Amino acid sequence: MSQHATVQKQLAAREKKTYWTRRRREQLAGWLFIAPEVIGMLVLAVFPLIFSLGLSLTEWNLVGGLSAIKFIGLDNFAELFRDDRFLQALKNNIGFTVGTVPVTMLLGVVFAAIIHKKLYFKNYFKVAFFVPYICSTVAIAAVWSALYHPSKGPLNQLLIQLGASDPPRWLVDTSWSLVAIMVIYIWQLLGYQIIIFMAGMTNIPDELYEAATIDGATGIQQFRRITLPLLGPTTFFLAITSIISSFKVFDMIKFLTNGGPNYSSTVIVYQIYEEGFQHFRMGYASAMSWILFLIIMLVTSLTWITQSRKVHY
Amino acid sequence: MTIRKIKLGPIVLTVLFGALSLFFLLPLAWMMSAAAKTEKEVWTFPIQWIPEDWHFAENFRTVWMGDVSFGLFYMNSIKIALISTLATLIVSAMAGYALSKLEFTGKGLIFSAMMAFMMIPEQATLVPRYIMIKEMGLYDTHAALILMGMFSSYFTFLLRQFMIGVHNDLLEAAELDGAGFFRIFWSVMLPLSRPILATVGIIKFIWTWNDYQGPLIMLNSTNLYTIPLGMQFFKEEFGTTISVMMMASLAAIIPLLVLFLVLQKQVIQGISIGGVKG
Repeated sequence: MSQHATVQKQLAAREKKTYWTRRRREQLAGWLFIAPEVIGMLVLAVFPLIFSLGLSLTEWNLVGGLSAIKFIGLDNFAELFRDDRFLQALKNNIGFTVGTVPVTMLLGVVFAAIIHKKLYFKNYFKVAFFVPYICSTVAIAAVWSALYHPSKGPLNQLLIQLGASDPPRWLVDTSWSLVAIMVIYIWQLLGYQIIIFMAGMTNIPDELYEAATIDGATGIQQFRRITLPLLGPTTFFLAITSIISSFKVFDMIKFLTNGGPNYSSTVIVYQIYEEGFQHFRMGYASAMSWILFLIIMLVTSLTWITQSRKVHY
Repeated sequence: MTIRKIKLGPIVLTVLFGALSLFFLLPLAWMMSAAAKTEKEVWTFPIQWIPEDWHFAENFRTVWMGDVSFGLFYMNSIKIALISTLATLIVSAMAGYALSKLEFTGKGLIFSAMMAFMMIPEQATLVPRYIMIKEMGLYDTHAALILMGMFSSYFTFLLRQFMIGVHNDLLEAAELDGAGFFRIFWSVMLPLSRPILATVGIIKFIWTWNDYQGPLIMLNSTNLYTIPLGMQFFKEEFGTTISVMMMASLAAIIPLLVLFLVLQKQVIQGISIGGVKG
């Protein structure tokens, strides 16, 4: 009797052991370790994205509660393309991208090459150009809003001293507000571009430059023939991420101009904020969100397509 | 032994770039100087870099010892940034370990899905996330911000890339010694990943500290405000008092500036890994 019990126990133990094979334990561990991240992604990215697509087909003012949701099909999207503010925001966003991305990337790569190859105190320069990137955008915006003051600000005082009789009124001027914000944006982001380009440059083997020097290539030739082509992947990465972040610009706009004056500096994310969180038009704001999402998808895939043809690895 | 020829080019360029870099630092220098001035002196031109009439203490008092003080915003920011950073590190390190060293069904699919999620802009899901937070009863709480900030496929990706490089021998040795997967993760993988964890942690901390959009949408009560929102508050309260605003800006920037100057190597490295390997 007692012997039988022992054997049973041993069998049970062995069965348990064989069930929990290493492979099974690894399966379980894998799922447990990945679970929080996957749940987070589903709850905070996938579900909201689908939810917002659903919302975009409704008219819903949050103030009215859940019962006030009304299905209206594609009306929101139709309205978007008749909405002057949204069209202005779209135009401003495109202008913002065109005005900031090429400038920062060009300055970034040239500055990076010079700092990397030609300058003493390399580390100082890295840090000096990078400091604005670390600083809170809101704090930076506060500083620039003072520098931009139309009559008393140091910038216009300087311009007046240099002979400008009627300097731009920057943030309060409809034709300058967006440009003024672009200047701050470029100032803040340039250091980031320099750092990324320099990181890419350290991966280019020195032998290439040595060989080129022996062949008598000048610095500029080396930059054009070695540095630029070999920076392909870095440039590609920066192109995508900079275009995307230029479409997400919000902090400066909200803090400095609230999209004004007269919608001259409004952008899509600002419009989403205004419609969704100030007017509580959740359906309409969701439709805008989806336009933003589609634009970013389009940009990313277009860049991928051109990349596969142009980038040399 | 040859004496290296001193080249003129680099010296000239260094001086030129030295001047250019000062131009980049000028706005921040102006901020620091204005924070110590009287309102009148802020606007004198040519700029009086060293204040004639020191007003630092008065501005300091307005910002730090008023009815609603920056001290409170600081505590909120520190709390949120620390907790979200820690939570992100745990969640992302766990996922990174699973994706780099464990074999399980669906791993490939999950990894590709995560890469795709990286492309979903946070701004496109702002509205539904706000509604969800409201429905969960978390609107106007710090928990909302922490919850929103603790999952990042980008950081998971970075940690996975690093962990792939950790030698399997080390993990297998631990397994032979009888360690389970959790034990291996905690006692072998995490200590070995310390450099990347530090890097990711610093970047995440900086981003959270500077986040404006999240708190703007999720918070309502002034006593819950983080520093960027506190700046907005000061702008509304003291909009015309630039010296006070500059003192507030200084307060918002100083901790990160110090952190950055002390840990520049990790910060710069952290920013560059995404760009080179990504």
